[in-house]
Amino acid sequence: MNYRLLYFASLSDAAGRAEETVASDARDARALYAELAARHGFKFTPERLRVAVNGAFTGWDRQLADNDEVVFLPPVSGG
Amino acid sequence: MDGFSLSDAPLDGARLRAALEAQGVGAVVCFEGRVRDHNDGRAVNGLSYQAYAVLAGAEGQKIVAEARQRYAVERIVCVHRTGDLALGEVAVWAGASAGHRAAAFDACRYVIDQVKARVPIWKREHYVDGDSEWLHPGSH
Repeated sequence: MNYRLLYFASLSDAAGRAEETVASDARDARALYAELAARHGFKFTPERLRVAVNGAFTGWDRQLADNDEVVFLPPVSGG
Repeated sequence: MDGFSLSDAPLDGARLRAALEAQGVGAVVCFEGRVRDHNDGRAVNGLSYQAYAVLAGAEGQKIVAEARQRYAVERIVCVHRTGDLALGEVAVWAGASAGHRAAAFDACRYVIDQVKARVPIWKREHYVDGDSEWLHPGSH
């Protein structure tokens, strides 16, 4: 399956890009994060991140569909 | 104007305050969050804000809707900056108008606190020594 990833803040720095499309066998958000964390050296454990799919918050067990836009959100610091 | 939005341009407090006008308003409370010249013991000379715009807008509107349910307010406005900001610039503006002051204070406080905690916006601090760093609360 192909997934569209958007990266923000320090995850964008670590990945060296703001977005990418990846082909992956991962079927849920947790497996996809594990794969990308290994590839890009993300330091955050899943407990410290939130997940969004197609522009809405969701859970780590969310089953992914082809072409989903997936975002792993590091702790926010607005204000 | 009413509700939550992002802006890549400087915020105009007078214009935002005007958006709080409504029949029956007896109290207006506004909060400005500004770029400070220091944080965590380091001298800061600017900030950059990045947002996941689609989700930030949706979550911000949800917070405003929650505040409307909790407090007897007339209008709520909250705008958060994106992009590069200089010292003293307004990074986030929140305001609430109501018939009475308690609801206006409570709603303004609720909105700014929840926006800081939940809305997908990140700040990068630029330090006087040339270094810069994304802030992720809980990292230290």
